[in-house]
Amino acid sequence: MSGESRFLGLFYLSPYVIGLLIFTALPFVASFYLSFTNYNLMNEPIFTGLANYIKLFTNDRTFRKSLWVTLVYVFTTVPLKLAFALFMAVILNYKLKFINVFRTAYYVPSILGGSIAIAVLWRYIFADVGLVNMGLNLIGFESVNWFGDPTNALFTITLLRLWQFGSAMVIFLAALQSIDRTLYEAAAIDGAGRWTSFVYITLPLITPVIFFNLIMQMVQAFQEFNGPYIITQGGPLKSTYLLPLYIYDEAFKRFDMGYASAIAWVLFVIIMLLTLAAFWSSRHWVYYAGDKRS
Amino acid sequence: MTEHVLSNTAPTVGDIDTVNAREMRSHRLSVAFRYALLAGVGLLMLYPLIWLIGASFKTNSEIFANPGFWPKNPTLDGYIKGWKTSTPYSFGTFFLNTLWIVVPKVIGTAISCTAVAYGFARFEFPFKKLLFASLIATLLLPNVVTRIPQYLLFRDLGWLDSFLPLWVPSAFAGDAFFVFMLVQFLRAIPRDMEEAARVDGATTWQALIFIVVPLLMPALISVCLFQFMWTMNDFLGPLIYISSVDKYPVSLALKLSIDTTEAFEWNRVLAMSVLTLTPALAVFFLAQKYFIDGISSGGIKG
Repeated sequence: MSGESRFLGLFYLSPYVIGLLIFTALPFVASFYLSFTNYNLMNEPIFTGLANYIKLFTNDRTFRKSLWVTLVYVFTTVPLKLAFALFMAVILNYKLKFINVFRTAYYVPSILGGSIAIAVLWRYIFADVGLVNMGLNLIGFESVNWFGDPTNALFTITLLRLWQFGSAMVIFLAALQSIDRTLYEAAAIDGAGRWTSFVYITLPLITPVIFFNLIMQMVQAFQEFNGPYIITQGGPLKSTYLLPLYIYDEAFKRFDMGYASAIAWVLFVIIMLLTLAAFWSSRHWVYYAGDKRS
Repeated sequence: MTEHVLSNTAPTVGDIDTVNAREMRSHRLSVAFRYALLAGVGLLMLYPLIWLIGASFKTNSEIFANPGFWPKNPTLDGYIKGWKTSTPYSFGTFFLNTLWIVVPKVIGTAISCTAVAYGFARFEFPFKKLLFASLIATLLLPNVVTRIPQYLLFRDLGWLDSFLPLWVPSAFAGDAFFVFMLVQFLRAIPRDMEEAARVDGATTWQALIFIVVPLLMPALISVCLFQFMWTMNDFLGPLIYISSVDKYPVSLALKLSIDTTEAFEWNRVLAMSVLTLTPALAVFFLAQKYFIDGISSGGIKG
Protein backbone atom coordinates (compact mmCIF):
# COMPACT_ATOMS: atom_id res chain seq x y z
CA MET A 1 0.00 0.00 0.00
CA SER A 2 1.48 3.25 -1.10
CA GLY A 3 0.96 6.87 -0.32
CA GLU A 4 0.90 6.91 3.44
CA SER A 5 3.53 7.66 5.98
CA ARG A 6 6.30 5.15 6.53
CA PHE A 7 5.26 5.09 10.13
CA LEU A 8 1.70 3.84 9.64
CA GLY A 9 2.85 0.24 10.07
CA LEU A 10 4.48 1.15 13.35
CA PHE A 11 1.17 2.55 14.50
CA TYR A 12 -0.42 -0.89 14.09
CA LEU A 13 2.57 -2.42 15.83
CA SER A 14 2.42 -0.04 18.78
CA PRO A 15 0.73 -2.46 21.23
CA TYR A 16 3.38 -5.03 20.47
CA VAL A 17 6.27 -2.58 20.78
CA ILE A 18 4.99 -1.21 24.10
CA GLY A 19 4.31 -4.70 25.44
CA LEU A 20 7.68 -5.96 24.25
CA LEU A 21 9.51 -3.17 26.06
CA ILE A 22 7.54 -3.27 29.31
CA PHE A 23 6.70 -6.92 29.76
CA THR A 24 9.58 -8.69 28.01
CA ALA A 25 12.68 -6.58 27.31
CA LEU A 26 12.76 -4.69 30.60
CA PRO A 27 12.16 -7.82 32.74
CA PHE A 28 14.75 -9.69 30.68
CA VAL A 29 17.44 -7.12 31.44
CA ALA A 30 16.28 -6.72 35.05
CA SER A 31 16.45 -10.47 35.57
CA PHE A 32 20.06 -10.50 34.37
CA TYR A 33 20.92 -7.70 36.81
CA LEU A 34 19.04 -9.33 39.70
CA SER A 35 21.03 -12.52 39.24
CA PHE A 36 24.10 -10.59 40.47
CA THR A 37 22.36 -9.28 43.58
CA ASN A 38 21.06 -10.29 46.92
CA TYR A 39 17.41 -9.26 47.03
CA ASN A 40 14.79 -10.49 49.46
CA LEU A 41 12.05 -7.88 48.79
CA MET A 42 12.62 -6.21 52.17
CA ASN A 43 15.43 -3.86 51.16
CA GLU A 44 16.93 -2.67 47.90
CA PRO A 45 18.89 -5.23 45.83
CA ILE A 46 22.53 -5.38 46.95
CA PHE A 47 25.08 -6.03 44.21
CA THR A 48 27.12 -9.10 45.10
CA GLY A 49 28.95 -9.80 41.86
CA LEU A 50 29.25 -13.45 40.95
CA ALA A 51 28.39 -14.65 44.47
CA ASN A 52 25.09 -16.29 43.44
CA TYR A 53 26.67 -18.17 40.55
CA ILE A 54 29.66 -19.26 42.64
CA LYS A 55 27.34 -20.60 45.30
CA LEU A 56 25.24 -22.39 42.66
CA PHE A 57 28.14 -24.24 41.14
CA THR A 58 30.28 -24.92 44.18
CA ASN A 59 28.04 -25.09 47.19
CA ASP A 60 24.51 -26.07 46.29
CA ARG A 61 23.72 -29.77 46.18
CA THR A 62 20.02 -29.10 45.57
CA PHE A 63 20.92 -27.22 42.41
CA ARG A 64 23.17 -29.98 41.13
CA LYS A 65 20.52 -32.60 41.81
CA SER A 66 17.81 -30.45 40.24
CA LEU A 67 19.88 -29.70 37.14
CA TRP A 68 20.62 -33.39 36.65
CA VAL A 69 16.96 -34.37 37.07
CA THR A 70 15.93 -31.67 34.58
CA LEU A 71 18.41 -32.89 31.96
CA VAL A 72 17.36 -36.51 32.44
CA TYR A 73 13.72 -35.49 32.15
CA VAL A 74 14.20 -33.44 28.97
CA PHE A 75 16.45 -35.95 27.24
CA THR A 76 14.05 -38.82 27.85
CA THR A 77 10.73 -37.03 27.35
CA VAL A 78 11.44 -35.10 24.17
CA PRO A 79 12.89 -37.95 22.03
CA LEU A 80 10.27 -40.43 23.24
CA LYS A 81 7.45 -38.03 22.54
CA LEU A 82 8.70 -37.09 19.07
CA ALA A 83 9.37 -40.70 18.11
CA PHE A 84 5.94 -41.81 19.29
CA ALA A 85 4.20 -38.86 17.61
CA LEU A 86 5.97 -39.58 14.33
CA PHE A 87 5.22 -43.29 14.54
CA MET A 88 1.52 -42.69 15.11
CA ALA A 89 1.41 -40.09 12.34
CA VAL A 90 2.92 -42.60 9.91
CA ILE A 91 0.36 -45.20 10.94
CA LEU A 92 -2.47 -42.69 10.49
CA ASN A 93 -1.17 -41.45 7.14
CA TYR A 94 -2.94 -44.06 5.06
CA LYS A 95 -6.22 -44.33 3.24
CA LEU A 96 -8.19 -45.31 6.31
CA LYS A 97 -11.77 -44.70 7.22
CA PHE A 98 -12.32 -42.84 10.49
CA ILE A 99 -8.93 -41.20 10.23
CA ASN A 100 -10.46 -38.00 11.60
CA VAL A 101 -11.99 -39.85 14.54
CA PHE A 102 -8.60 -41.23 15.53
CA ARG A 103 -6.90 -37.93 15.00
CA THR A 104 -9.42 -36.24 17.28
CA ALA A 105 -9.16 -38.95 19.92
CA TYR A 106 -5.39 -38.63 20.02
CA TYR A 107 -5.58 -34.89 20.15
CA VAL A 108 -7.91 -34.66 23.18
CA PRO A 109 -5.13 -35.29 25.74
CA SER A 110 -3.08 -32.42 24.25
CA ILE A 111 -5.99 -30.06 24.79
CA LEU A 112 -6.49 -31.08 28.41
CA GLY A 113 -3.01 -32.22 29.36
CA GLY A 114 -1.74 -28.95 30.77
CA SER A 115 -4.60 -28.59 33.22
CA ILE A 116 -4.42 -29.20 36.92
CA ALA A 117 -7.33 -31.62 36.71
CA ILE A 118 -5.22 -33.99 34.61
CA ALA A 119 -2.30 -33.75 37.02
CA VAL A 120 -4.79 -34.64 39.78
CA LEU A 121 -6.02 -37.58 37.70
CA TRP A 122 -2.43 -38.75 37.29
CA ARG A 123 -2.00 -38.86 41.07
CA TYR A 124 -5.01 -41.12 41.29
CA ILE A 125 -4.22 -43.48 38.48
CA PHE A 126 -0.58 -43.99 39.53
CA ALA A 127 -1.39 -44.32 43.24
CA ASP A 128 -0.42 -47.57 45.00
CA VAL A 129 -3.90 -48.98 44.48
CA GLY A 130 -4.70 -46.76 41.49
CA LEU A 131 -5.97 -47.59 38.04
CA VAL A 132 -2.56 -48.45 36.54
CA ASN A 133 -1.67 -50.93 39.26
CA MET A 134 -5.17 -52.43 39.19
CA GLY A 135 -4.69 -52.90 35.44
CA LEU A 136 -1.24 -54.46 35.92
CA ASN A 137 -2.64 -56.87 38.51
CA LEU A 138 -5.47 -57.84 36.15
CA ILE A 139 -3.02 -58.98 33.47
CA GLY A 140 -0.84 -60.76 36.00
CA PHE A 141 1.88 -58.26 36.85
CA GLU A 142 2.93 -57.03 40.25
CA SER A 143 2.03 -53.53 41.40
CA VAL A 144 4.66 -50.90 40.79
CA ASN A 145 5.54 -48.35 43.43
CA TRP A 146 5.23 -45.33 41.14
CA PHE A 147 5.65 -42.44 43.52
CA GLY A 148 7.83 -44.05 46.18
CA ASP A 149 10.70 -44.99 43.91
CA PRO A 150 12.86 -42.11 42.60
CA THR A 151 13.27 -43.52 39.07
CA ASN A 152 9.60 -44.34 38.62
CA ALA A 153 8.38 -41.00 39.94
CA LEU A 154 10.10 -39.01 37.19
CA PHE A 155 8.83 -41.48 34.64
CA THR A 156 5.17 -40.84 35.61
CA ILE A 157 5.72 -37.22 34.58
CA THR A 158 7.35 -38.30 31.34
CA LEU A 159 4.32 -40.53 30.74
CA LEU A 160 1.97 -37.60 31.35
CA ARG A 161 3.72 -35.59 28.64
CA LEU A 162 3.97 -38.59 26.31
CA TRP A 163 0.23 -38.97 26.67
CA GLN A 164 0.01 -35.54 25.05
CA PHE A 165 1.76 -36.57 21.86
CA GLY A 166 -1.26 -35.45 19.78
CA SER A 167 -0.23 -31.90 18.95
CA ALA A 168 3.18 -32.98 17.66
CA MET A 169 1.46 -35.81 15.78
CA VAL A 170 -0.97 -33.47 14.01
CA ILE A 171 1.95 -31.37 12.79
CA PHE A 172 3.79 -34.47 11.56
CA LEU A 173 0.63 -35.74 9.89
CA ALA A 174 0.11 -32.49 8.00
CA ALA A 175 3.69 -32.71 6.73
CA LEU A 176 3.31 -36.38 5.72
CA GLN A 177 0.14 -35.62 3.80
CA SER A 178 1.87 -32.94 1.79
CA ILE A 179 4.49 -35.37 0.40
CA ASP A 180 4.08 -36.07 -3.29
CA ARG A 181 2.65 -39.63 -3.74
CA THR A 182 4.44 -40.18 -7.04
CA LEU A 183 7.78 -40.30 -5.20
CA TYR A 184 6.66 -43.46 -3.39
CA GLU A 185 5.23 -45.03 -6.54
CA ALA A 186 8.47 -44.43 -8.38
CA ALA A 187 10.46 -45.90 -5.51
CA ALA A 188 8.19 -48.96 -5.26
CA ILE A 189 8.63 -49.67 -8.98
CA ASP A 190 12.37 -49.50 -8.45
CA GLY A 191 11.98 -52.15 -5.77
CA ALA A 192 12.30 -50.04 -2.67
CA GLY A 193 10.57 -51.56 0.35
CA ARG A 194 8.49 -49.64 2.79
CA TRP A 195 11.35 -49.08 5.21
CA THR A 196 13.70 -47.87 2.48
CA SER A 197 11.05 -45.42 1.25
CA PHE A 198 10.56 -44.17 4.76
CA VAL A 199 14.25 -43.59 5.38
CA TYR A 200 15.12 -42.11 1.98
CA ILE A 201 11.93 -40.26 1.07
CA THR A 202 9.75 -39.56 4.09
CA LEU A 203 12.34 -38.66 6.70
CA PRO A 204 14.34 -36.19 4.56
CA LEU A 205 11.17 -34.44 3.43
CA ILE A 206 9.78 -33.91 6.91
CA THR A 207 13.01 -32.80 8.58
CA PRO A 208 11.72 -29.18 8.77
CA VAL A 209 8.79 -30.22 10.99
CA ILE A 210 10.96 -32.58 13.00
CA PHE A 211 13.20 -29.61 13.66
CA PHE A 212 10.26 -27.38 14.56
CA ASN A 213 8.75 -29.96 16.92
CA LEU A 214 12.14 -30.63 18.49
CA ILE A 215 12.74 -26.98 19.39
CA MET A 216 9.20 -26.40 20.66
CA GLN A 217 9.04 -29.55 22.75
CA MET A 218 12.47 -28.94 24.21
CA VAL A 219 11.78 -25.36 25.28
CA GLN A 220 8.53 -26.57 26.83
CA ALA A 221 10.04 -29.59 28.60
CA PHE A 222 12.71 -27.45 30.25
CA GLN A 223 9.92 -25.37 31.81
CA GLU A 224 7.79 -28.24 33.11
CA PHE A 225 6.15 -27.13 36.34
CA ASN A 226 2.54 -28.28 36.81
CA GLY A 227 3.28 -31.99 36.56
CA PRO A 228 5.92 -32.30 39.27
CA TYR A 229 4.33 -29.60 41.42
CA ILE A 230 0.97 -31.33 41.65
CA ILE A 231 1.78 -34.99 41.09
CA THR A 232 4.94 -35.57 43.09
CA GLN A 233 5.76 -32.23 44.78
CA GLY A 234 9.31 -32.69 43.59
CA GLY A 235 9.79 -35.88 45.61
CA PRO A 236 10.70 -38.53 46.55
CA LEU A 237 14.25 -37.51 47.51
CA LYS A 238 14.01 -34.57 45.07
CA SER A 239 13.90 -37.03 42.18
CA THR A 240 11.30 -34.89 40.36
CA TYR A 241 12.52 -31.54 41.64
CA LEU A 242 12.92 -29.90 38.21
CA LEU A 243 14.65 -26.52 37.97
CA PRO A 244 11.40 -24.52 37.49
CA LEU A 245 10.23 -25.88 40.86
CA TYR A 246 13.46 -24.85 42.50
CA ILE A 247 13.21 -21.38 40.97
CA TYR A 248 9.61 -21.08 42.16
CA ASP A 249 10.53 -22.09 45.71
CA GLU A 250 13.51 -19.75 45.89
CA ALA A 251 11.57 -16.80 44.44
CA PHE A 252 8.09 -17.13 45.84
CA LYS A 253 8.50 -19.19 49.00
CA ARG A 254 11.89 -18.00 50.31
CA PHE A 255 11.71 -14.64 48.47
CA ASP A 256 15.34 -14.91 47.49
CA MET A 257 14.82 -13.10 44.19
CA GLY A 258 18.50 -12.67 43.36
CA TYR A 259 19.38 -16.32 43.77
CA ALA A 260 16.24 -17.44 41.94
CA SER A 261 17.15 -15.15 39.04
CA ALA A 262 20.61 -16.71 38.87
CA ILE A 263 19.07 -20.20 38.61
CA ALA A 264 16.65 -18.92 35.96
CA TRP A 265 19.59 -17.58 33.98
CA VAL A 266 21.46 -20.86 34.14
CA LEU A 267 18.32 -22.59 32.85
CA PHE A 268 17.91 -19.94 30.15
CA VAL A 269 21.51 -20.28 28.99
CA ILE A 270 21.15 -24.07 28.76
CA ILE A 271 17.98 -23.76 26.69
CA MET A 272 19.57 -21.11 24.50
CA LEU A 273 22.74 -23.13 23.88
CA LEU A 274 20.76 -26.23 22.97
CA THR A 275 18.48 -24.20 20.68
CA LEU A 276 21.50 -22.62 18.98
CA ALA A 277 23.11 -26.05 18.65
CA ALA A 278 19.94 -27.33 17.01
CA PHE A 279 19.81 -24.36 14.62
CA TRP A 280 23.48 -24.71 13.81
CA SER A 281 23.30 -28.45 13.20
CA SER A 282 20.09 -28.07 11.18
CA ARG A 283 22.20 -27.02 8.17
CA HIS A 284 23.39 -30.59 8.04
CA TRP A 285 20.18 -32.48 8.48
CA VAL A 286 17.18 -30.28 7.70
CA TYR A 287 16.10 -30.39 4.07
CA TYR A 288 14.15 -27.52 2.57
CA ALA A 289 12.36 -28.09 -0.72
CA GLY A 290 13.87 -25.98 -3.49
CA ASP A 291 17.22 -26.15 -1.78
CA LYS A 292 20.16 -27.17 -3.99
CA ARG A 293 21.42 -29.87 -1.61
CA SER A 294 19.89 -33.32 -1.95
CA MET B 1 19.15 -38.07 -1.03
CA THR B 2 16.48 -39.65 -3.18
CA GLU B 3 18.50 -39.90 -6.41
CA HIS B 4 20.16 -43.23 -5.93
CA VAL B 5 16.85 -44.84 -5.06
CA LEU B 6 15.16 -43.48 -8.14
CA SER B 7 17.87 -43.92 -10.72
CA ASN B 8 17.45 -47.60 -11.58
CA THR B 9 16.57 -49.08 -14.96
CA ALA B 10 13.11 -48.52 -16.43
CA PRO B 11 10.43 -50.95 -15.15
CA THR B 12 8.89 -53.62 -17.39
CA VAL B 13 5.21 -54.62 -17.45
CA GLY B 14 5.95 -57.79 -15.49
CA ASP B 15 7.63 -55.78 -12.75
CA ILE B 16 4.59 -53.56 -12.36
CA ASP B 17 2.27 -56.59 -12.05
CA THR B 18 4.41 -58.14 -9.35
CA VAL B 19 4.53 -54.87 -7.52
CA ASN B 20 0.77 -54.48 -7.73
CA ALA B 21 0.07 -58.01 -6.45
CA ARG B 22 2.52 -57.53 -3.61
CA GLU B 23 0.96 -54.18 -2.81
CA MET B 24 -2.58 -55.67 -2.64
CA ARG B 25 -1.58 -58.43 -0.25
CA SER B 26 0.44 -56.24 2.04
CA HIS B 27 -2.27 -53.60 1.80
CA ARG B 28 -4.93 -55.81 3.42
CA LEU B 29 -2.63 -57.00 6.19
CA SER B 30 -1.40 -53.53 6.78
CA VAL B 31 -4.89 -52.06 7.06
CA ALA B 32 -5.93 -54.63 9.67
CA PHE B 33 -2.74 -54.03 11.60
CA ARG B 34 -3.18 -50.27 11.46
CA TYR B 35 -6.76 -50.39 12.71
CA ALA B 36 -5.82 -52.69 15.58
CA LEU B 37 -2.94 -50.49 16.62
CA LEU B 38 -4.94 -47.28 16.28
CA ALA B 39 -7.84 -48.62 18.30
CA GLY B 40 -5.52 -50.02 20.98
CA VAL B 41 -3.61 -46.79 21.39
CA GLY B 42 -6.83 -44.78 21.27
CA LEU B 43 -8.34 -46.81 24.08
CA LEU B 44 -5.18 -46.51 26.15
CA MET B 45 -5.22 -42.74 25.58
CA LEU B 46 -8.83 -42.15 26.42
CA TYR B 47 -9.43 -44.71 29.15
CA PRO B 48 -7.98 -42.54 31.95
CA LEU B 49 -10.48 -39.83 31.01
CA ILE B 50 -13.36 -42.29 30.75
CA TRP B 51 -12.40 -43.78 34.10
CA LEU B 52 -12.26 -40.28 35.61
CA ILE B 53 -15.85 -39.58 34.61
CA GLY B 54 -17.05 -42.90 36.02
CA ALA B 55 -15.00 -42.52 39.19
CA SER B 56 -16.46 -39.09 39.92
CA PHE B 57 -19.82 -40.84 40.51
CA LYS B 58 -18.35 -43.58 42.69
CA THR B 59 -18.26 -43.73 46.46
CA ASN B 60 -14.91 -43.04 48.09
CA SER B 61 -14.35 -46.68 48.95
CA GLU B 62 -14.99 -47.81 45.38
CA ILE B 63 -12.54 -45.44 43.67
CA PHE B 64 -9.45 -47.44 44.56
CA ALA B 65 -11.15 -50.81 44.29
CA ASN B 66 -12.88 -50.79 40.91
CA PRO B 67 -10.87 -50.32 37.69
CA GLY B 68 -14.09 -50.38 35.64
CA PHE B 69 -15.96 -47.38 34.35
CA TRP B 70 -19.42 -48.11 35.72
CA PRO B 71 -20.01 -47.16 39.39
CA LYS B 72 -21.64 -49.90 41.53
CA ASN B 73 -23.48 -47.46 43.76
CA PRO B 74 -23.69 -44.24 41.74
CA THR B 75 -23.72 -41.14 43.89
CA LEU B 76 -23.72 -37.39 43.32
CA ASP B 77 -22.00 -36.86 46.66
CA GLY B 78 -18.70 -35.87 45.07
CA TYR B 79 -20.37 -33.19 42.98
CA ILE B 80 -22.59 -31.78 45.73
CA LYS B 81 -19.96 -31.67 48.47
CA GLY B 82 -17.13 -30.83 46.09
CA TRP B 83 -19.06 -27.85 44.70
CA LYS B 84 -19.55 -26.45 48.21
CA THR B 85 -15.83 -26.85 49.01
CA SER B 86 -14.33 -26.49 52.47
CA THR B 87 -14.00 -22.72 52.00
CA PRO B 88 -16.78 -20.12 52.39
CA TYR B 89 -16.95 -20.00 48.57
CA SER B 90 -18.41 -22.51 46.14
CA PHE B 91 -16.95 -23.60 42.82
CA GLY B 92 -19.42 -21.16 41.25
CA THR B 93 -17.24 -18.31 42.55
CA PHE B 94 -14.12 -19.96 41.18
CA PHE B 95 -15.67 -20.47 37.74
CA LEU B 96 -16.74 -16.82 37.66
CA ASN B 97 -13.22 -15.75 38.61
CA THR B 98 -11.84 -17.83 35.77
CA LEU B 99 -14.31 -16.12 33.45
CA TRP B 100 -13.10 -12.68 34.57
CA ILE B 101 -9.60 -13.67 33.52
CA VAL B 102 -10.49 -15.51 30.32
CA VAL B 103 -12.83 -12.94 28.75
CA PRO B 104 -10.55 -9.87 28.83
CA LYS B 105 -7.57 -12.00 27.91
CA VAL B 106 -9.19 -13.53 24.83
CA ILE B 107 -10.65 -10.21 23.64
CA GLY B 108 -7.39 -8.36 24.28
CA THR B 109 -5.41 -11.04 22.46
CA ALA B 110 -7.72 -11.06 19.45
CA ILE B 111 -7.68 -7.27 18.99
CA SER B 112 -3.99 -6.63 19.65
CA CYS B 113 -2.69 -9.61 17.68
CA THR B 114 -4.86 -8.76 14.66
CA ALA B 115 -3.59 -5.18 14.56
CA VAL B 116 0.04 -6.23 14.97
CA ALA B 117 -0.17 -9.03 12.41
CA TYR B 118 -1.77 -6.59 9.96
CA GLY B 119 1.10 -4.17 10.54
CA PHE B 120 3.71 -6.86 9.91
CA ALA B 121 2.02 -8.42 6.89
CA ARG B 122 0.93 -5.30 4.98
CA PHE B 123 3.29 -2.40 5.70
CA GLU B 124 6.88 -1.40 5.22
CA PHE B 125 8.37 0.66 8.00
CA PRO B 126 11.70 1.35 9.72
CA PHE B 127 13.10 -1.49 11.87
CA LYS B 128 10.61 -3.98 10.43
CA LYS B 129 13.21 -6.74 10.15
CA LEU B 130 14.47 -6.11 13.65
CA LEU B 131 10.96 -6.12 15.12
CA PHE B 132 10.03 -9.31 13.33
CA ALA B 133 13.22 -10.91 14.61
CA SER B 134 12.20 -9.83 18.11
CA LEU B 135 8.90 -11.62 17.59
CA ILE B 136 10.69 -14.86 16.78
CA ALA B 137 13.03 -14.33 19.73
CA THR B 138 10.07 -13.88 22.10
CA LEU B 139 8.59 -17.04 20.66
CA LEU B 140 11.64 -18.96 21.81
CA LEU B 141 12.30 -17.00 25.01
CA PRO B 142 11.51 -19.16 28.05
CA ASN B 143 9.08 -17.33 30.37
CA VAL B 144 11.07 -18.52 33.33
CA VAL B 145 13.67 -15.82 32.75
CA THR B 146 11.26 -12.86 32.82
CA ARG B 147 8.91 -14.11 35.51
CA ILE B 148 10.61 -12.65 38.60
CA PRO B 149 11.04 -9.07 37.31
CA GLN B 150 7.48 -9.19 35.96
CA TYR B 151 6.33 -10.04 39.46
CA LEU B 152 8.29 -7.09 40.85
CA LEU B 153 6.85 -4.81 38.16
CA PHE B 154 3.27 -5.83 38.95
CA ARG B 155 3.98 -5.43 42.64
CA ASP B 156 5.15 -1.84 42.07
CA LEU B 157 2.04 -1.17 39.99
CA GLY B 158 -0.08 -2.46 42.89
CA TRP B 159 -1.54 -5.27 40.75
CA LEU B 160 -0.74 -8.21 43.04
CA ASP B 161 -3.76 -10.26 44.06
CA SER B 162 -5.74 -8.92 41.09
CA PHE B 163 -6.50 -10.41 37.67
CA LEU B 164 -4.56 -7.70 35.81
CA PRO B 165 -1.13 -9.43 35.67
CA LEU B 166 -2.85 -12.46 34.18
CA TRP B 167 -4.31 -10.74 31.12
CA VAL B 168 -2.81 -7.29 30.53
CA PRO B 169 0.44 -8.53 28.90
CA SER B 170 -1.63 -10.58 26.43
CA ALA B 171 -3.65 -7.48 25.52
CA PHE B 172 -0.35 -5.98 24.32
CA ALA B 173 0.11 -8.82 21.82
CA GLY B 174 2.34 -10.54 24.36
CA ASP B 175 1.74 -14.02 22.95
CA ALA B 176 4.11 -14.06 20.01
CA PHE B 177 2.70 -17.40 18.87
CA PHE B 178 -0.59 -15.88 17.91
CA VAL B 179 0.92 -12.89 16.14
CA PHE B 180 3.16 -15.20 14.18
CA MET B 181 0.28 -17.49 13.26
CA LEU B 182 -1.86 -14.57 12.04
CA VAL B 183 1.03 -13.07 10.06
CA GLN B 184 1.52 -16.40 8.27
CA PHE B 185 -2.18 -16.59 7.53
CA LEU B 186 -2.36 -12.98 6.28
CA ARG B 187 0.58 -13.42 3.95
CA ALA B 188 -1.35 -16.14 2.17
CA ILE B 189 -4.38 -13.87 1.57
CA PRO B 190 -4.19 -11.88 -1.70
CA ARG B 191 -4.17 -8.12 -1.30
CA ASP B 192 -6.41 -7.28 -4.30
CA MET B 193 -9.54 -6.56 -2.32
CA GLU B 194 -7.76 -4.32 0.15
CA GLU B 195 -6.07 -2.44 -2.67
CA ALA B 196 -9.36 -1.99 -4.49
CA ALA B 197 -10.91 -0.60 -1.32
CA ARG B 198 -7.96 1.73 -0.85
CA VAL B 199 -8.35 3.03 -4.40
CA ASP B 200 -11.99 3.75 -3.59
CA GLY B 201 -10.81 5.89 -0.70
CA ALA B 202 -11.01 3.57 2.30
CA THR B 203 -8.47 4.15 5.07
CA THR B 204 -6.15 1.31 6.10
CA TRP B 205 -8.18 1.09 9.26
CA GLN B 206 -11.40 0.53 7.30
CA ALA B 207 -9.66 -2.01 5.07
CA LEU B 208 -8.58 -3.87 8.20
CA ILE B 209 -12.02 -3.97 9.80
CA PHE B 210 -14.19 -4.58 6.73
CA ILE B 211 -11.96 -6.70 4.52
CA VAL B 212 -9.06 -8.26 6.41
CA VAL B 213 -10.87 -9.26 9.60
CA PRO B 214 -13.63 -11.23 7.81
CA LEU B 215 -11.01 -13.07 5.74
CA LEU B 216 -8.91 -13.68 8.82
CA MET B 217 -11.84 -15.08 10.80
CA PRO B 218 -10.93 -18.80 10.72
CA ALA B 219 -7.42 -18.10 12.01
CA LEU B 220 -8.75 -15.62 14.52
CA ILE B 221 -11.18 -18.19 15.89
CA SER B 222 -8.28 -20.64 16.30
CA VAL B 223 -6.36 -17.98 18.21
CA CYS B 224 -9.30 -17.31 20.55
CA LEU B 225 -9.90 -21.00 21.16
CA PHE B 226 -6.27 -21.72 22.00
CA GLN B 227 -6.06 -18.71 24.26
CA PHE B 228 -9.26 -19.81 26.02
CA MET B 229 -7.86 -23.29 26.52
CA TRP B 230 -4.46 -22.20 27.77
CA THR B 231 -5.95 -19.65 30.13
CA MET B 232 -8.35 -22.19 31.60
CA ASN B 233 -5.35 -24.48 32.15
CA ASP B 234 -2.96 -21.84 33.45
CA PHE B 235 -1.83 -22.63 36.95
CA LEU B 236 1.53 -21.01 37.59
CA GLY B 237 0.26 -17.48 36.79
CA PRO B 238 -2.59 -17.55 39.35
CA LEU B 239 -0.34 -19.39 41.82
CA ILE B 240 2.11 -16.50 41.78
CA TYR B 241 -0.28 -13.57 41.58
CA ILE B 242 -3.53 -14.52 43.33
CA SER B 243 -3.40 -14.89 47.09
CA SER B 244 -6.96 -14.43 48.41
CA VAL B 245 -9.22 -17.44 48.12
CA ASP B 246 -12.21 -15.39 46.94
CA LYS B 247 -10.24 -14.53 43.78
CA TYR B 248 -9.06 -18.08 43.03
CA PRO B 249 -9.66 -19.37 39.50
CA VAL B 250 -10.64 -23.04 39.17
CA SER B 251 -7.08 -24.29 38.69
CA LEU B 252 -6.01 -22.94 42.09
CA ALA B 253 -9.28 -24.01 43.71
CA LEU B 254 -8.67 -27.55 42.56
CA LYS B 255 -5.19 -27.54 44.06
CA LEU B 256 -6.72 -26.22 47.28
CA SER B 257 -9.28 -29.00 47.31
CA ILE B 258 -6.52 -31.60 46.98
CA ASP B 259 -4.70 -30.08 49.93
CA THR B 260 -7.77 -29.93 52.16
CA THR B 261 -9.76 -33.06 51.34
CA GLU B 262 -7.62 -35.53 49.52
CA ALA B 263 -6.76 -37.73 52.46
CA PHE B 264 -10.23 -39.26 52.41
CA GLU B 265 -12.76 -37.42 50.19
CA TRP B 266 -11.44 -38.57 46.84
CA ASN B 267 -14.65 -38.34 44.89
CA ARG B 268 -15.00 -34.62 45.58
CA VAL B 269 -11.64 -33.92 44.00
CA LEU B 270 -12.41 -36.14 41.00
CA ALA B 271 -15.87 -34.64 40.52
CA MET B 272 -14.45 -31.11 40.51
CA SER B 273 -11.71 -32.24 38.11
CA VAL B 274 -14.41 -33.39 35.71
CA LEU B 275 -16.18 -30.03 36.01
CA THR B 276 -13.02 -28.02 35.34
CA LEU B 277 -12.30 -30.10 32.24
CA THR B 278 -15.83 -29.75 30.88
CA PRO B 279 -15.64 -26.23 29.36
CA ALA B 280 -12.41 -27.05 27.52
CA LEU B 281 -13.76 -30.37 26.26
CA ALA B 282 -17.06 -28.84 25.16
CA VAL B 283 -15.34 -26.06 23.25
CA PHE B 284 -12.96 -28.53 21.66
CA PHE B 285 -15.70 -30.81 20.36
CA LEU B 286 -17.78 -27.89 19.09
CA ALA B 287 -14.88 -26.40 17.18
CA GLN B 288 -12.29 -29.11 16.59
CA LYS B 289 -11.76 -28.12 12.97
CA TYR B 290 -10.24 -24.84 14.13
CA PHE B 291 -7.87 -26.54 16.53
CA ILE B 292 -6.51 -29.02 14.04
CA ASP B 293 -6.24 -26.38 11.29
CA GLY B 294 -4.61 -24.01 13.75
CA ILE B 295 -1.82 -26.32 14.78
CA SER B 296 -1.18 -27.76 11.36
CA SER B 297 -0.91 -24.36 9.70
CA GLY B 298 0.63 -22.02 12.24
CA GLY B 299 2.46 -24.57 14.25
CA ILE B 300 1.47 -24.28 17.89
CA LYS B 301 2.78 -25.90 21.01
CA GLY B 302 0.53 -28.23 22.96
